[in-house]
Amino acid sequence: MDPPSSLKLLGSWADSHTHRVQLALKLKGLEFEYQEEDAINPSPALLLHNPVYKKVPVLLHSDRPVVESVVILQYIDETWADNPIMPADPFERAVARFWCHFAEDKLAPAVGAVFSSSGEGQKTAVDQVHDNLKLLERELRDGAFKGKRFFGGDKIGLLDIVLGCGSYWLAVFEEVMEVKLVDPGTFPVFHAWLKDFEEQNEVKETIPAIDKLLEYARGIRQMMLSLSNGTSTTAPAAAGTTSAINVAVDGRSG
Amino acid sequence: MAAAAGEVRLIGAWPSPFVLRPRVALNLKGVEYEFLQEKFGEKSELLLRSNPVYKKIPVLLHHDKPVCESMIIVEYVDGVWANSGQAILPADPYERALHRFWSVYIDDKWFPSIFGIGKAETEEAKAESAEQAWAGLKLLEEAFEKLSKGKAFFGGDTIGYVDIALGAYLRWANVIEQMTGLKLFDEEKTPLLAVWAESFCAHEAVKEVMPETEKLLEIAKMRQEK
Repeated sequence: MDPPSSLKLLGSWADSHTHRVQLALKLKGLEFEYQEEDAINPSPALLLHNPVYKKVPVLLHSDRPVVESVVILQYIDETWADNPIMPADPFERAVARFWCHFAEDKLAPAVGAVFSSSGEGQKTAVDQVHDNLKLLERELRDGAFKGKRFFGGDKIGLLDIVLGCGSYWLAVFEEVMEVKLVDPGTFPVFHAWLKDFEEQNEVKETIPAIDKLLEYARGIRQMMLSLSNGTSTTAPAAAGTTSAINVAVDGRSG
Repeated sequence: MAAAAGEVRLIGAWPSPFVLRPRVALNLKGVEYEFLQEKFGEKSELLLRSNPVYKKIPVLLHHDKPVCESMIIVEYVDGVWANSGQAILPADPYERALHRFWSVYIDDKWFPSIFGIGKAETEEAKAESAEQAWAGLKLLEEAFEKLSKGKAFFGGDTIGYVDIALGAYLRWANVIEQMTGLKLFDEEKTPLLAVWAESFCAHEAVKEVMPETEKLLEIAKMRQEK
């Protein structure tokens, strides 16, 4: 077992992909050094260790970088075997990976689109979020995760971490955008899972306070609206806004 | 360990690079499987039932349980038949992380750039996509040097995870080369990858399932005419 000082995480405080890694490290009981990164002004360390994407999160283990949050989660799980995050069975692993892919490929972009659109575009985005949540609800109620407390079983696993770190934006966007995304009546099992997840100690220690997230989201929404009104057309502002939204919601640069 | 007949089935289509990936993995492990070729332009009931979320090939059915997404299937095959053939993912966690990282890069960034060359409507757009594709190949050339450690494949002596991820696109890359006159796997730009491409296509586990460029060209031309 490596000494704690060999782990360093480059991340951003409002970035859900960073939260995934922080949560996994906490669940494993691993100490790590944290360095806050600004999406608009990446540090030399970030540029050095993630030259391909130049983005957080980056996990440094004895100065060797691991990049891409789902890759990092599996790396952590394979390096420190206690408190496993991945299921033991290959089929269950494949199922967990599939829904992680779905979360990144379909759900996260739809949630991001709710935030960055308005009018008809927003209605379409909200519908897409609902369609995606329906698929998850069905899987929780009748499918691969039927009868389980968490996607990982009795304990939080890979898919809980991936879905959970990001699902808090649903509540934030509901308030900021005044839309209904997770109606407990329509998605009872998903809603119950999310509440249970958010009550876990390690999760409470990882996810920022909701009022900070609300303030952050409102700030970005303001910037976006002023951009589209033409009151601010500077390229850095536009890039920063897009960057901030993408970093916050799904870690992609689009 | 050969699977019993009917135990392993793969829903796919021979031209698809994504379908090629699990086929190579199954061949590497010596697993017998039934290949269920989808009819062109139609999606079978079995496919729609097995992959209701994406309705896409490939889908591996193992004892009738579906596994979807090409590289997830590859990793599944590697896990289930861990005692057959060679390991597809390396044993070391850090090397595994590197293989997984480059596989994500290939699908998320590199493939869209070569797809972009094919779809480009102006010379400018084509040139821009080509530049992106070459820049990506340069990164992959460096990755190859690091991961192969002087051997023939990203996986070392044997085909590994990144080999499968990237190798699956080789024939479609040929199609784009022939249709545009551009050379993608250029001996001058990326000498190691140019050699690797030949080795991959010639490998026993690959050569019988790798589609022929001429046949893919026909499909590409048919699509263009639509």
